[in-house]
Order: sequence, then structure tokens, then C-alpha cells
Amino acid sequence: MSAGAGWRRLLSSLFVGFCACAVLLALLPLALILFFVVSQGIRALNVDFFTHMPLPVGESGGGMANAIVGTLMLVGLAGLMAVPIGVISGVYMAEYAGTRFASTVRFAADTLNGVPSIVIGVFAYAVAVLPFRQFSTLAGGFALGVMMIPIIARTTEELLLLVPGSLREGALALGATRARAVFSVVLPAALPGIVTGVMLALARIAGETAPLLFTSFNNRFFSTRLTQPIASLTVQVYTYAISPYQDWHRQAWAGALVLVMMVLFCSLAARLATRRIERMHARG
Amino acid sequence: MGQRGKQGSSGSADLGFRIGTGVFALFLIGIVCAIGFLLTRDAWLSIQKFGLGFWGSQVWNPVSGEFGALPFIWGTLYSSVLALLIATPISIGIAVFIAEMSPAVLRQPLVFLTELLAAIPSIVYGLWGIFVLVPAVRSIETSLPDVARRLPLFSGPPLGLGMLAAALVLAIMVIPFTSSIAREVLKSVPAAQREGAYALGATRLEAIRAALFYARTGIIGGVMLGFGRALGETMAVTMVIGNNPRISASLFAPQHTMAAVIANEFTEAADQLYLSALVEIGLVLFTITLIVNSLSRLLIWSMTRSSRVSVAGSVETAEPLAAETAAG
Repeated sequence: MSAGAGWRRLLSSLFVGFCACAVLLALLPLALILFFVVSQGIRALNVDFFTHMPLPVGESGGGMANAIVGTLMLVGLAGLMAVPIGVISGVYMAEYAGTRFASTVRFAADTLNGVPSIVIGVFAYAVAVLPFRQFSTLAGGFALGVMMIPIIARTTEELLLLVPGSLREGALALGATRARAVFSVVLPAALPGIVTGVMLALARIAGETAPLLFTSFNNRFFSTRLTQPIASLTVQVYTYAISPYQDWHRQAWAGALVLVMMVLFCSLAARLATRRIERMHARG
Repeated sequence: MGQRGKQGSSGSADLGFRIGTGVFALFLIGIVCAIGFLLTRDAWLSIQKFGLGFWGSQVWNPVSGEFGALPFIWGTLYSSVLALLIATPISIGIAVFIAEMSPAVLRQPLVFLTELLAAIPSIVYGLWGIFVLVPAVRSIETSLPDVARRLPLFSGPPLGLGMLAAALVLAIMVIPFTSSIAREVLKSVPAAQREGAYALGATRLEAIRAALFYARTGIIGGVMLGFGRALGETMAVTMVIGNNPRISASLFAPQHTMAAVIANEFTEAADQLYLSALVEIGLVLFTITLIVNSLSRLLIWSMTRSSRVSVAGSVETAEPLAAETAAG
């Protein structure tokens, strides 16, 4: 009997050890990735990286000014498209939660969220490249926008449902229409959270490569024209990473560092903002 | 407002609001339908020409116009399943540790760190894969004894690039998704389950095993969610798998996946048939992920419908919020 109990206790502590190891096993690659990105990236990251154009093979130095501007434009276009559609769809899902149409919209949003990014690229190619026979910034922005819509819609829905029902009821009791109650009372109450969600979505979308490969394509030159192909940080990092040149590898690491910093910054900001919102709600 | 007191006009304003917002929501549904429609349209040439043979043929020769997708399906399934085999025990271990064992102070930071894995762009995984992971895998391959190298599982040149590297990267990328769902599902297990087990004299392992068993449907859902992510992952995989459309059982052989072949060859596809064949691969990828994701959401939903938990796959945005409200 006591031998059996000892065995069971041993197994149990082994299990605790396994779980702790699992955590370490997951944190190890995270630490390794961050370590390499920072230590390799910092060497090529300087002011030139942000202000200079890429140099031809063989000349060291140069930067990714065009790709940085490109990424900002693509992400901006995606936001212009996805924020209105996402937020208003989210409003619908929250306001009419429980209706069959709202469930269908939620299902569509979750489905879209799970569509592989490369498939979104093929879709955007069919919609925005093929008819015009031209890779373009607009096509890239469209592809990223399509990826962003479900994230923003679902975040908005979640956050609106967190707003206390008494706020909405108060507005309605004062004779406000539903639109008025939503747009001047409920939505503003959830706004900080929605802004955070949008920021996170922008950061995530800025790190996408696959949907851009055959929509915005790439551009060796500085361009801000919406109907022309445009460089982006991610595609540039990809091009450089699979090239055989040392100088380009260094640039790729620097690009990766910029991408990771951006994501890290947005995640941390969102984390802090989320905590503040929760405290606000907790206070009532 | 002029319509104050007039029930009818206030009602019609509400209807206008409903229709106005509904149009935007409809747009979301429209996109999903448009993806299915346009991919089918553009794949039609290939569907008509090759029929089902497309999925049975191993020949991928753009020059002679012969296209068979079997090597890509094989590579996608092999890498994803292998990644799940690695990631699932680790994910469950993490979920159990955070939900059941971790000191309260560590809980939030651990959640944040594991979810950070989901936030790192896949291109960064790919870059790290090429320059750090692949050389490491290569040195493992060269250090294997000759006896082992003769096994089909380990045959092939020790390039580093290949199935093992791809599966490892995928496993790392899938962990945050599976573990966060498993954690949520564990949280939704009634405390009475655990307390009952402890009251009967169970050890920690036995109590947690009871909770895991109770939560099994949701955990399977979380594993499937990870599967859906692994199937569609593109950049990180294409950078480390070697991009060679040849079926092999070996962990070390360079292979190819459905997502990777689209990424690599789409802009080079000169003729209509070639492009159409690639779109057909995309269409099937879309269909498979749609089925896997729907099934996974259904399983998770059936488990957590009592405590509202987001399963949108947006790990770091909505979910912690929803989870914390559910817990508090």
C-alpha cells in the first residue's frame, strides 16, 4: 500500500516536472529567436537603414527606406479598408447577437481568420491584380485589409459585449435611437479597447509576407504610387534572406529586428492598455 | 430629435441602423464566398484538364505542362502532423502548468510570453530557421551513426534543409495556439471535478488527469486549430523545407508543401494552365483549412459555451480579455 502511494507520488512529481519542462521548451525558441534577431540585427541597424535605399550586390551598407515607406503605405491602406468594415460588422454582431445572421457573420469572420495568408494572396491577385494586369500597392493593401477585417470585427464584438448593459439601457431610456445609443454611448465606452485591438491588428498585418508576394510584389526603387508595385519590409527581408550574399543577410536581420520591435512594442502597449481598461470596468 | 415620441419613425430609424450595419457585416460573408468562387473560377482550367488525376499524380513539370499535386499534399500533411506530434504534448504541458501549477505571479507573464510566439512574424521564423535552425539540424544529421542513416527515416543528404527543420519551426509556431485553447478549456472544467478527485485521495497528476479527460473535446479542438495553422503556414516553411517536389519518408529529405509551391511559383507561372494548377492547390488548401477550422471551433465551442471564450484564433487580442472576464 505505502509502496503504491510512493509510486503514485513519484509519478505525480514527474508530471509536474514535465509541465515545467514544457514551458521551458517553448520559451527556449522564443529566447533564441529574440537573441539572434537582436544580436544579428543590431549590427546592420543604423540611421542609414531608415533613410537610404538598397544598394546593389557588392556594395555594403544602404538601407530599406523604400521598403519602410512601402510597408507603412500598405498597412495604412489595409487599415483604411478594414477599420470601418471591421468595426461596423463588430457592432452588428454585438447588437444583434443571437440572431441567425449575426451567427453567420461570426462564422464568416472566424473562417476568414483561419484562411491561410497565401490563399488570401491568390484571392487578392484574382480581384485586384488580374483585371488590371499590374501588381500594385492597392492590391497589396487590399490583401492585408482582407486579413485585418475579421480580427477587428471580432475584437470590436468582444469589447462591445463587455460594456455594461446599464449604459446602453440608460441611453435608450432617455429616448435615444439604437444608432445613437451605440455610436454616442456604447462605442465610445469601448473605444480605448478597440483602438488597442486595431493597433495589434496593424502590427500583425505589417509582418505578413505571403499575401504581398504577388499583389504588391516588390520594387527596387522608391515609389509611393498606388498603381505601381511597391517594396515592403517583409518581402525585402525574404528576398535578402534567400539570396547568397552576406551583405544582404545582414540587412535581412536588421529588417527582422525592426519587425520584431514593432510587434513587441504594440503587444506591450496593448497589454498595458488592456489592464487599464479592465481596472476601469472593475471600478464600474 | 423630431421623431421623439413617434414610435413608428424611431422603429424605422432602428431598422435603418440594422440594415446599415448589416450591409457591412454582409460584406464579410461576401468576402468568404468570393474567395471560394474566384478560386474555383481560376482553377477551372486545371480541374477540367486533370480531374481527380491531379491529386494522384506525382509529376510536377511546368515545362511539359504536366501537373500533379501529390508531392505537395504529402509534404503539407507530413510536416503538419509531425509538427503536431511535437507541439501537442508541449502545449498541453504549458496549459497545465499555467492553469494548475504556476504561482499566481508568474501566470500573466507566462501567458504573455507564450502568446508572443504567435505574434512574431513568420518571415522572422523563416530567417531564424535558415541561419540558426537549419545548421543545427545539419549537425544533428551528420552526427548520426551510419547504421541509423541507412533507415528510410533518416536517409538522404545531410543538408539541414528538409522535413525535420520545417516540422520544428511549425511546432514552435503552433504551440501558442494549441496551448492557449487548452488553457481556456482547462479553466472551464468545474472545480468540483478536481476537488472530488483530491477528496478521493488523488495525487496532483491523477486530479489533473481527471480534468484533462473532462476537457478532452476542447483540447482536441485546440490541437485541430493548431493543425489548421500548420497546414497553411507559408513563409517559414518554404524557407527551410528545401522546396523539392519529391515524396520521401525521410526526415532529412528536402520536400515541398502546398502553400510553399504557391508562394514560390505563382509569379513565375507563365501560362494559363500552370497558374490554374497553382490556384487549384490554393482552392484545396482553402477547403481543407475551412473544414479543419470549423470542426475545431465546433469542438471548442461545445466545451466552453457556458463560459464565453473567444476562439477566433486572435490569440493576443480578444482572448485574454474574454478569458479574464470569464474568470473574474
